[in-house]
Amino acid sequence: MSDRPLTRNIDPVAGPTWIKTYEANDGYQAVRETIGQRSPADVLDMVRESNLRGRGGAGFPTGMKWSFVPMGKTDGHKYLVCNADEMEPGTFKDRIILEYDPHQLIEGMILSAYTIAADVGYIFIRDEYHVATRRLRQAIAEAEQKGYLGNDILGTGYDFHLYVHVSAGRYICGEETALLNSLEGKRATPRAKPPFPQVSGLFGRPTIVNNVETLCNITHIVGKGPDWFKSLGLGDDSGTKLFGASGKVKRPGCWELPMGTTIGEIIEDHAGGMREGLALKGFLPGGASTDFLLPEHLDLRMDYDTIMQAGSRMGTGTMIIMDDKTCPVAMVRNLEMFFARESCGFCTPCREGLPWIFRILDDIEEGRGMPEDMEVLDRQGRFIGAIGNTHCAHAPGAIEPLSSAIRYFREDFEQHIQGKRCPYAGG
Amino acid sequence: MAKIIVDGTEIEADESRNLLEVLLACGEDLPYFCWHPKMGSVGACRQCAVVQHRNQEDERGRIVMSCMTPITEGAIFSVQNETASGFRASVVENLMVNHPHDCPVCEEGGECHLQDMTVMTGHRDRSYRHLKMTFENQYLGPFIGHEMNRCITCYRCVRYYQDYAGGSDLAAFASRDRVYFGRAEDGVLENEFAGNLVEVCPTGVFTDKTLSEHYTRKWDLASAPAICTGCSLGCNISVSERYGELRRIHNRYHGEINGYFLCDRGRFGGQFVNSENRIPRCGQRNSDQKFEPRSTDDAVNDISTLIKDAGRIIGIGSARASLESNYALRQLVGEQNYFSGLDDIEAETANLHLRALHSNLGIASMTEVEDCDAIIILGEDVTNHAPRLALSLRQSSHNAARSLAHDAGIPLWHDAAVRGLAQDKKSPVFILTPYADRLDDVSTAAIRLSPREIADTGFALANAIAAPDDTDSENLLVAQMKTVLMSARKPLIVSGSSLKNVEIVKASLNVAVALKKINPETRLVLAGDECNTLAVATLATQHMPSPGESADLMIVVENDLQRHCSPEAFSDLLANVSHLVTIDHSDSRTVSASHYVLPAATFAESEGTCINNEGRAQRSYGAFKSKDEIAPSWLWLMRLAAACDKPSCDAIDDLLHECADAIPGLAGIVAAAPDANYRGHGLKVNRMTHRYSGRTAMRADVNVHEPQQPGDEQSALTYSMEGINQSAPSSVKAYTWAPGWNSNQSISKFQDEIGGHLSSGDPGKLLFSVDTPLEPLLPASTSGKALDLVPAHHIFSSDEMSSRSSAIRDAAPAPFAILNAETASNLDVGQGDGLKCQSGNHHITFQVAIDHNVADDCAVCLFNGDSAPLFLTTADLMRDQDWTAPDTANLIGSDRMSR
Repeated sequence: MSDRPLTRNIDPVAGPTWIKTYEANDGYQAVRETIGQRSPADVLDMVRESNLRGRGGAGFPTGMKWSFVPMGKTDGHKYLVCNADEMEPGTFKDRIILEYDPHQLIEGMILSAYTIAADVGYIFIRDEYHVATRRLRQAIAEAEQKGYLGNDILGTGYDFHLYVHVSAGRYICGEETALLNSLEGKRATPRAKPPFPQVSGLFGRPTIVNNVETLCNITHIVGKGPDWFKSLGLGDDSGTKLFGASGKVKRPGCWELPMGTTIGEIIEDHAGGMREGLALKGFLPGGASTDFLLPEHLDLRMDYDTIMQAGSRMGTGTMIIMDDKTCPVAMVRNLEMFFARESCGFCTPCREGLPWIFRILDDIEEGRGMPEDMEVLDRQGRFIGAIGNTHCAHAPGAIEPLSSAIRYFREDFEQHIQGKRCPYAGG
Repeated sequence: MAKIIVDGTEIEADESRNLLEVLLACGEDLPYFCWHPKMGSVGACRQCAVVQHRNQEDERGRIVMSCMTPITEGAIFSVQNETASGFRASVVENLMVNHPHDCPVCEEGGECHLQDMTVMTGHRDRSYRHLKMTFENQYLGPFIGHEMNRCITCYRCVRYYQDYAGGSDLAAFASRDRVYFGRAEDGVLENEFAGNLVEVCPTGVFTDKTLSEHYTRKWDLASAPAICTGCSLGCNISVSERYGELRRIHNRYHGEINGYFLCDRGRFGGQFVNSENRIPRCGQRNSDQKFEPRSTDDAVNDISTLIKDAGRIIGIGSARASLESNYALRQLVGEQNYFSGLDDIEAETANLHLRALHSNLGIASMTEVEDCDAIIILGEDVTNHAPRLALSLRQSSHNAARSLAHDAGIPLWHDAAVRGLAQDKKSPVFILTPYADRLDDVSTAAIRLSPREIADTGFALANAIAAPDDTDSENLLVAQMKTVLMSARKPLIVSGSSLKNVEIVKASLNVAVALKKINPETRLVLAGDECNTLAVATLATQHMPSPGESADLMIVVENDLQRHCSPEAFSDLLANVSHLVTIDHSDSRTVSASHYVLPAATFAESEGTCINNEGRAQRSYGAFKSKDEIAPSWLWLMRLAAACDKPSCDAIDDLLHECADAIPGLAGIVAAAPDANYRGHGLKVNRMTHRYSGRTAMRADVNVHEPQQPGDEQSALTYSMEGINQSAPSSVKAYTWAPGWNSNQSISKFQDEIGGHLSSGDPGKLLFSVDTPLEPLLPASTSGKALDLVPAHHIFSSDEMSSRSSAIRDAAPAPFAILNAETASNLDVGQGDGLKCQSGNHHITFQVAIDHNVADDCAVCLFNGDSAPLFLTTADLMRDQDWTAPDTANLIGSDRMSR
């Protein structure tokens, strides 16, 4: 099972893996071998060499992200924050780890915190994950009792305290700086960067925010080495990835597969292909805020750069499949309703632009569309769709499914407007 | 400095600035909303977008927000290209999606930043056809109206209210396109600087209710550059009139004093000008003790006869009257017969204040206050006695954050990042007062001491600083304060006369003297009593006639003597004069006791000079010619002098020159503003805007023929729309306006740098040469008294004139006494009981509030017009058995009364 490190302890039938089983399965081995044994710089080198890229969606190299944290003597806390606010529509990968293998995350966080010399960690988790929250808290208590967390970990003199913080629930809290503001008790508004969290993060202190899956990978990189980790990937990217598929496929689900697995394999082999009578019309490869891809892209490998070159993003690696009987306008309308609702309301283009776009899409879907609406959608899409036009990446992400839907399914939009009804309705 | 290229032109730019500030300073018309020169950038509105190019080959570039873009050598920007201007038009188009377009009925219309920016971006045609968001509005108190539908969600209001002014009861609620700016529930905004929301809000969400009551568009107002008379700071205001009424007071930028902000006393306290209590005409008391109107000529004749016939004349001036009026009185009655009208304590503190100004103690302007990094406040209730200064002190407490940000390489304009980095780190602020202070929330230590203990601690601190380095003070507080002051880059001592305690002022001077020897950057700021206390203290050698001093004639100018005399002394004074002539604008007990009354003009109707707490002479101008027989006090006095054949002059400029020549230290007053002969391009300075409308129509019910506008021979201003307002020197510029910039935001067109000094110089002239070093002062031996009657100033109650304005009256508290439980129990009073304060026949009952945060043995009682005399005597305190609380008495600490 060493080729599927992330899910090796996960068995939904057997229930969560508690510390006894976890330890029996080489759990906390990496912590024992690392804390006080290796220097943080050595661990950072391993992470750098592994070429691990952030699994939260942006794919930023983790080792590089960490290298910006000031090391050496600092007078005050440094923080490691785990982003467990899995709010991306269609994404349910972190939840599996959080619910069934909480110690994997805790071990990854201890190792990561040690690398950046953080003494306090927070797991920022969405409110809906109450099962995971309960299990995490129990696992943290177990780890504290065993001396893996708290003061003087395993007698090495290293202190790391880990807390679970349950979010009040906003999509924008998945944006790392909005998450930090929320954790500080402020409005969940993203921050302008620079300064980056590595310099001025939580409570103004150096902070690293990483996704659950990213942190879990650290355990295995440190345990088995960067070369082994790199060998897991089939294409350019290292390691394995939790891929998922939702929509009208035969077996929606989540699977740990090598990086670089082709999209076709995920949809056909693992998700079982489309349901009877339905054909694949398009899909969002990495969650709701990525551009549509088409059946012609099935041969592409799920690699950050490959998907980027095809005009989309691998995002969280959990794809939403659209079949030929589902109205793309209605689907995009639903997504934009979500994104408009989840805007933090800070910057103008996102706050005012997304609701406008939603209202136009709603009109089009309900047969009230006007010919000039396509031009407004296009103009508004360009206005709010570029990074830099807005305060954060929320609106540009929100525009990706819309602009690609117009690019690929423009006829559908035009039919709605000309026919003054949804051609899929009642069909 | 770095070179950047903007639209192909090379510009030298200051690297500590952001691009927006640089472009605005260059005169570029670049629209913005969320950025504010005093609040920095957050990048919320996206309105100030420009295109930044990576290099000369990069034609496309990328959109950046100029307010969030640092200046770097060689950076290339396009402001006017289509991408940039198209983006900016889209921002306005999107902002307008939910805006109600109600300009015709909106109070902001005509000076609306949103209107200006909309026109500037060129957005015109609306393509949004869906429903708009609508919101409920809130009652926010007597000063500020609320119309949330107009909001464009720039976040300026909460950033100002919470981050800048330290308020906690205005917030951003909800999210997405439903963000709501208001209070958790309807109620009076608690912050003393809430009124600035009116100008901070770029559109009509927060509007001036006192203006709405008799609304006039900015372009229809006649305005004048005036000086606030609400306290000793001399904030610059623009006072505006229509139909012979004061319509509103707006901030008038001064780079060293008020900057962009006023306090609510200053902004809303001017409506007494329109009050029914104004004295409209000359009057004489007849045998039935009723006033009979007299014509101007008769009154002047009668009074001049009295002057000629009188053996002994006494003239009493006033710290709320202009320097000119006081000087004219002094000339009329003779130097030896002129009294300042200050009470003993006011006079003594004012003289100490003058000594400080003449020495090298480093008297700080408010801009300098904001640069100080360690503050000791000795017994001064800044927020309630010199309110605007409190806002500056709050900014200085933020200097620790700025310094951290500087070290971390975060630009200081990057407001959210600076606050995020520093969290709640504050510069050291020590507050020594007898009761809770509104600045306690930014203090390192807030210590409650009786006035005597504050003075003792101050003297001890001064001694500790002057002592050799290795001497440790036994007093831990003194040792802490010494350490903080000694290690500061620019320490500041704050004191003043709010506790009516001379020893505290002496002690603060001693601290400054000791510290100045060690650190030349040391600064001192003293809050005085009234807008012209320093002027009368300079003019007068005597302050109040001694008990029993009699005279045939007493002329009182703009002074309600009962505020400055003990009750006994007041009756005594009146009993010993045969004739009392009062020149004043508003009714008072002194006016009621007068034989003759001459109607004076207020600050809104007359010219005059004030000397503020930093010794700055500033000229104030009236917005309109007063009605009927009302005239400036100095004019009455010049008329009387002429009628008595005494040496006299016709023009205020002549009076000023005489005064400047005659009074040592006042030579600079002439230079405070241009004289009446000033012309720019051959023209005077217009009070009315060039778009002023309806001049014929407004009196068409009387006569359709428009009369000639009244002339103004006394000043460089004119009651007309023709003039050179835009290019006028700052001290006579009536209002701020620039093409395309109808709101007060146009001020950046007239500054030497953004948020800096006015390009034609900040108004006024600092007087007093720094030539008399001050030696440490000796404390007076004080006789121990068991209980201190401590005056509690209140922003809306304690100032004589502003407290008569209707909106201010609504916000003023009922008379309160705050005591700690032990003191209360010693006096046998409890929460809600009446505490009677008696001096002779005069008594007042205050409602008791128990507060642990009050020094021992202090009865802290509201200082207002009724209670003022009590603080000049040894009053007896006792429980008022017969008293029941009025419905309106409901006050906590120094907070405003909630309705």
